[in-house]
Amino acid sequence: MSAEGKQQSKLIRAVLPFHLRTLAGVGSEVELEVEAPITIGRILDALEARYPMLRGTIREYETGRRRAFLRFFACGEDWSNEALDCELPEAVAQGVEPLLVIGAIAGG
Amino acid sequence: MSGVRVLVGTKKGAFILSADGKRKDWTVSGPFFSGWEIYHLKGSPVDPNRIYASQSSGWFGQIVQRSDDGGKTWLQPGAPIGEKPAEWPPKASNKFLYDVSDASGKALTTHQWYDGTQHPWEFKRVWHFEPSLSDPNTVYAGVEDAALFKSTDGGESWHELSGLRGHGTGPNWQPGAGGMCLHTILIDPTNEERMYIAISAAGAFRTDDGCKTWKPINKGLVSPFMPDPQGEVGHCVHHVAMHRTRPDVLFMQKHWDVMRSDNAGESWHEVSGNLPTDFGFVIDVHAHEPETIYVLPIKSDSEHFVPEGKLRVYRSRTGGNEWEALEKGLPQKDCYVNVLRDAMAVDSLDQCGIYFGTSGGQVYASSDAGDSWMPIVRDLPAVLSIEVQTLA
Repeated sequence: MSAEGKQQSKLIRAVLPFHLRTLAGVGSEVELEVEAPITIGRILDALEARYPMLRGTIREYETGRRRAFLRFFACGEDWSNEALDCELPEAVAQGVEPLLVIGAIAGG
Repeated sequence: MSGVRVLVGTKKGAFILSADGKRKDWTVSGPFFSGWEIYHLKGSPVDPNRIYASQSSGWFGQIVQRSDDGGKTWLQPGAPIGEKPAEWPPKASNKFLYDVSDASGKALTTHQWYDGTQHPWEFKRVWHFEPSLSDPNTVYAGVEDAALFKSTDGGESWHELSGLRGHGTGPNWQPGAGGMCLHTILIDPTNEERMYIAISAAGAFRTDDGCKTWKPINKGLVSPFMPDPQGEVGHCVHHVAMHRTRPDVLFMQKHWDVMRSDNAGESWHEVSGNLPTDFGFVIDVHAHEPETIYVLPIKSDSEHFVPEGKLRVYRSRTGGNEWEALEKGLPQKDCYVNVLRDAMAVDSLDQCGIYFGTSGGQVYASSDAGDSWMPIVRDLPAVLSIEVQTLA
């Protein structure tokens, strides 16, 4: 990352579902340094860079698409169907609110 | 002292059942990967401490796990917790990408969908791992949608052996009720260039040149649900087994029919004989008697439980046709479990042990070649697969 980029990076919070926490060996919330502008795509890039065992578990390898039974929430809103390069609310960018990665309530 | 390790994949995690050579007192460890579907675990015959496990879920997709200490600890190959990858992007143990290269070209095929249209291949999960007979870092993976993958770096990365999908009959393969899965991989112990695989619902295939080229080996199979019941492909083969000393002799549990080939799959003939029903999933061969085989009949393809409420393994000491029911120690009333295709295995102790796991979460063991049985555990999640390691 360039010096300029480093100046623009933010400390972002992300909350993972139980099984991904177990895979990554982390607690319920992780902090990630992410370069602005803060988007879901950039948060996922940072998450996978720090926890490479999560690659392929949130986004499909082949298409880069969100897995069907996962959703993204932030600031009380569903961001699941927004483009991955869509900027998230300022509260997420400032680390006040986390990005929530949530598993659908389904299955047996 | 000798012992056995039973590797159990279930719908909600993996378990390892261990005992000494007497196979009376068992230690249960697990659940490992709790809450995940564990389709299969299998140890390397070269290094029994090396075990591969297929971990998957509808939410998070495929994960590959590996143990290098006999199942005590596990890691995702190439990305263990707490370690930085040596390169970026790192190798990805759960990346199964179908070969679409110009070089192979042939892999750009589609298969038949439920409505008769053509449908592109989409990776779902690993059904079966088959470690190499000579190298613990080499392992094959049979996946859904049906294809064969290989890793030569201990599961850190995978590449498709696309000669199988590309050999020409792919457009006529179709998914069975469980999906279009490659579930059986057999390596000829006398010639690793020769391998057999089986797919539901496509049939059995053989390579004689180390997976470069493949041929369907389904002559003699009859499947009334097919437009051409004796077609080259399209058969719903449930499982195939061989004895290591006689790799040209194959035994098959087809959707219906128990079949036998004496010529490496060139032709098959039915050996269902006096079985109460010849629908079923598992089939296996005694470790020391190549003509002694085991099946577990299931009532029908519409009623996936054992007939008459009785859990019975059937044994033939004549390579088929003449079967005897083995029921001592197994429930003989009010039992309605199923036993899936990869959920039976044998050990190779002097007195051959037989093991199987049920949809009710029971794992049964026989230490006398099937004459009598005892449950090792009764209340696991539904069992998807069983493998056994015989330890020196």
